[in-house]
Amino acid sequence: MATVSLKKLTKSYGPVAVVHGIDLEVADREFIALVGPSGCGKSTTLRMIAGLEAISDGVIEIGGRMVNDLPPRSRNISMVFQSYALYPHMTVRENLGFSLKIAGAAKEEMDRRVAEASGILDLDQLLDRRPSQLSGGQRQRVAMGRAIVRDPDVFLFDEPLSNLDAKLRTQMRTEIKKLHAKVQSTVIYVTHDQVEAMTLADRIVIMRDGFIEQVGTPDEVFRRPQTRFVAGFIGSPPMNLHEAAVDDGQLLFASGERLPLPSQFKANVGTGDKVVFGLRPDDIYPTGHGISSGEDVDVHQLELPVTVTEPLGNETLVFAEFNGSDWVSRMLNPKPLRPGDRLKMSLDLSQAHLFSAETGKTLRG
Amino acid sequence: MDQNCLHRVRNKALGIAHGVGLFLAMLVICLPGIWIVLSSLRPTVEIMAKPPVWIPQQLSLDAYVAMFSGVGKGGIPVLDYFRNSLIISVTSTVIAIAIGMAGGYAFARYRFRAKSAMFLGLMLTRTVPGIALSLPLFFVFARLGIIDTHFGLILVYVALNVPFTIWLIDGFFRQVPKDLAEAAQIDGCTRWQAFWQVEFPLAGPGIASAGIFAFLTSWNEFALASQLTRSINSKTLPVGLLDYTAEFTIDWRGMCALAVVMIIPALTLTFIVQKHLVGGLTSGAVKG
Repeated sequence: MATVSLKKLTKSYGPVAVVHGIDLEVADREFIALVGPSGCGKSTTLRMIAGLEAISDGVIEIGGRMVNDLPPRSRNISMVFQSYALYPHMTVRENLGFSLKIAGAAKEEMDRRVAEASGILDLDQLLDRRPSQLSGGQRQRVAMGRAIVRDPDVFLFDEPLSNLDAKLRTQMRTEIKKLHAKVQSTVIYVTHDQVEAMTLADRIVIMRDGFIEQVGTPDEVFRRPQTRFVAGFIGSPPMNLHEAAVDDGQLLFASGERLPLPSQFKANVGTGDKVVFGLRPDDIYPTGHGISSGEDVDVHQLELPVTVTEPLGNETLVFAEFNGSDWVSRMLNPKPLRPGDRLKMSLDLSQAHLFSAETGKTLRG
Repeated sequence: MDQNCLHRVRNKALGIAHGVGLFLAMLVICLPGIWIVLSSLRPTVEIMAKPPVWIPQQLSLDAYVAMFSGVGKGGIPVLDYFRNSLIISVTSTVIAIAIGMAGGYAFARYRFRAKSAMFLGLMLTRTVPGIALSLPLFFVFARLGIIDTHFGLILVYVALNVPFTIWLIDGFFRQVPKDLAEAAQIDGCTRWQAFWQVEFPLAGPGIASAGIFAFLTSWNEFALASQLTRSINSKTLPVGLLDYTAEFTIDWRGMCALAVVMIIPALTLTFIVQKHLVGGLTSGAVKG
């Protein structure tokens, strides 16, 4: 068990920098998720922590010890790869025990730890099979088992669930969560799937173009995104984001339509400011068909034409046109709708977000 | 019902035709081999007969007995030739595989300057027919004083085989995912251990087939060996065949007997690893 700390961590390939001096402190036993679109540097960061990628500048510390130039084997970490990376020529048992064999562990010790790991992950029946005889989910479990057996300071996961089908992914997500509760170790988990990050992590690190955009608990990054990028990236369906100008206490959109300026931002913006207005689908709902925040302090009502609906059973996503484009909203008590129907929408502006159009940073005080 | 019957009969007929066709094709392919074995067992009169005698009238092992009976009694130093062939083929194969593994691994795993040009260059060396090099090689070797030595021939065969082994082994290492070596390193291996514990066993079949090909090339090579060897110091079995030619006669029977002796080790080796060989050719040559 150990802390991980990244200080001004940089990675460049020749003149091209892919990770720009990031700082991050991971607490002991914390589950942290690195999330971001492909090419944001999250996997590179993980590989640098693992020692599979040389670092260009900065410091990596694991458990207070600088590991910058240590080879992977000396960092006491385990890693689960996206491709599982099981050794095809070894049985499950040999795969699990490989690290112990290399370390020269005694036979009894090896058997005991393999049995322990296979017990945790329910692999007992599969020990004599080869990876090619296993299903995707089973391979995934073996890969995790191989990581557990080492009893590492830090677990690194590199998009471990992205090769599984949707159902299995949900199932394995739960397993990973249970596993973390059981083994209680520091976990750094890379994913491009924000749902995985939200459900698993204690804290989420959102990366973009080699920079950290925001670090926070799932609740923080969802409710208080610090940048426009985070606002658009976290949440499904994504937040409605539209550029507007502040004009006399109102938001003036490009189409000429207006919305009242949410009261929580009044102190921070003035006429002429260019902003990006954001509102989550959950905070826009057809009147009487959603959950109101109760107080109705800052609820604005509009009548909008429906363009498309996506019924999901328990709810329906309604796409309605405003400011020349579709705004997604959530109808929690669905009723049948046809394109062109006009709906009275309630916009809960107390939940709205404003970002500077220039810097993308939040304008919340 | 009639149609079913018709189709059944047709399928059966096609099956038989298929079998007969295959048999004929195999006969054409195998005939030279069978003819060599037969010729080694029958008298010269029968071999030279016109029209040919298809069914052997009398078979004997005289040629084999004579071959091993020593110089002066119609024999040739076959054991010396065999030893030379074995030393030269095995050594050159081992060296070619070692270089091929290092080179193939480098081409498969690392990025370096002029990589594709170097690879292409290696492949281009294969387009030069070996015999075209025999004269320049002879001059150079004569100057160096390595004509009629094991070393000289080993050098030539290594040079001949290395491009091929690199090409074949490169394809196999490319098929071993990089993640595996990385996983092994995280599991506590050094780079070197990761190679031997994980990557090498997985590329094993490819390396084995490269080995067989290199061995067979060296074992069977005649053109260069006939130029660069002189005596029992270094003469290999294919060159030894020439011992059966005299000024006015050729001992076809003896020559065929030696050919059979030559074929047996190659055939045995191929038979043992044929599964790898076929797998190697089909899965290693095509790069994913």
